[in-house]
Amino acid sequence: MRIFFHIGRYFLMIKYTFSKFTKWSVLKKLIFQEIEDLILGSIGIVAFMSFLIGGVVAIQTALAIENPLLPGNLIGFATRQSVILEFAPTLISIIMAGKVGSFITSSIGTMRVTEQIDALEVMGINSFNYLIFPKIISLLLYPFLITLAMFLGILGGYIASVYAGFSTSFDFIQGIQLDFKVFHIIYTYIKTILFAFVLATIPSYHGFYMKGGALEVGKASNISFVWTSSVIIIINFIVTQLLLA
Amino acid sequence: MIEINKISKSFSSLKIIDEVSATFEKGKTNLIIGQSGSGKTVLMKCLLGLHDVDNGEILYDGKKFIKDDISKVSNLRKQMGMVFQGSALFDSMSVIDNIIFPLRMFSDKSDSEMLERAREVIERVDLKDVDNKFPSEISGGMKKRVAIARAIVLNPKYLFCDEPNSGLDPKTAIIIDKLIQEITVEYNITTIINTHDMNSVMEIGDKIIFLVEGKKIWEGNNKEILNTEDKLVNDFVYSSELFKKVKLSQKN
Repeated sequence: MRIFFHIGRYFLMIKYTFSKFTKWSVLKKLIFQEIEDLILGSIGIVAFMSFLIGGVVAIQTALAIENPLLPGNLIGFATRQSVILEFAPTLISIIMAGKVGSFITSSIGTMRVTEQIDALEVMGINSFNYLIFPKIISLLLYPFLITLAMFLGILGGYIASVYAGFSTSFDFIQGIQLDFKVFHIIYTYIKTILFAFVLATIPSYHGFYMKGGALEVGKASNISFVWTSSVIIIINFIVTQLLLA
Repeated sequence: MIEINKISKSFSSLKIIDEVSATFEKGKTNLIIGQSGSGKTVLMKCLLGLHDVDNGEILYDGKKFIKDDISKVSNLRKQMGMVFQGSALFDSMSVIDNIIFPLRMFSDKSDSEMLERAREVIERVDLKDVDNKFPSEISGGMKKRVAIARAIVLNPKYLFCDEPNSGLDPKTAIIIDKLIQEITVEYNITTIINTHDMNSVMEIGDKIIFLVEGKKIWEGNNKEILNTEDKLVNDFVYSSELFKKVKLSQKN
């Protein structure tokens, strides 16, 4: 039954986040700072991971296709579908739950432990709005990261399959264009926005309500990662069932 | 002036504050003393509205403090300054930004006016050459001074200090205590200090309330505390060898 307590408190936190707004001039600076920390600071890892994942998907697809009757453009097609529908939005979001989520939980948790959140509250500042709202807004740029991940994933697949001799450049590009549905991109962006909200709020919740000292900050980051990635997987399942099934 | 009438606070079944009543006077340093775990910090957090009280009432200059009245509480908090035990400076901001922070949040001053006001309080707390340093780069004593500067930058009516000299050497502790007392008189504010340091009690205890297991068992000032007959107070006051010797020499 404890889970309902946490769910209730999580939604109350969301409510408080969108009430009693911090002065816009202050909020603006915080949003830019969060964009730098959460979005720009993640470009490197997202680029690296998606490029290699795209390459692995292409190679594994190529190795699985031994039948000469199957068309050569299948590698490009499978890479595109896998990267756009699943690997870019979901896998990258789980990686981001580790990178961004841990950062959010530990930074807010440290503020809690060192009484910095109490200091904000004593000053009459809505600490929920001050700390969490800029993270939510900055993660509205998360689709930009996922777009980058999609592009680099497919590029990684292209390079791996063409330069390793699994496919020709013409076949791969034809595969990418084959049976392209715009709705798949829309579906990916819907998922991405939901994941972005989860990435901003669940780690914040775990940081905000943690108790204890430095050790507990580490534990909270750990629990936050487990919950954030679990919720991402659950949302992924529900959205896929609703939009694609 | 802050008055508390029979306030109580429990966590689960454990009573931390038990019907405590007191008056904290303006222009004086009011001390809440007691052993660790006696409920000092919880009492202060109740006064600040960080904890809800189970019973009783808190009055700020005669007006009842109701935590649910968000706009009133918000306005009241703008009149409060707080020095936390660990200073609670914002790690991500430089010293000057920490001090300017309340001004940036609650005043319409221009950047140059805010900087001017920050420089005034920096001078008042006797800080030098630390403007652009970060909290991790300055000493414990300096952190306390920055915390005091931040607490007074908005000219508060009420100043709360939670063990302001914990972790400081005795000399720096006395300097910080004196600084708080001077500011209290100069700004004519109601200052409440949590402490278990007898040096602080003797230096700045204009008014003292003594807590044991969440109950107020004694009230007086720094002169009266040395001569009280109350056994629990005496046990606390004369727990250190130094004070025992002082008492012995007085008797002799």
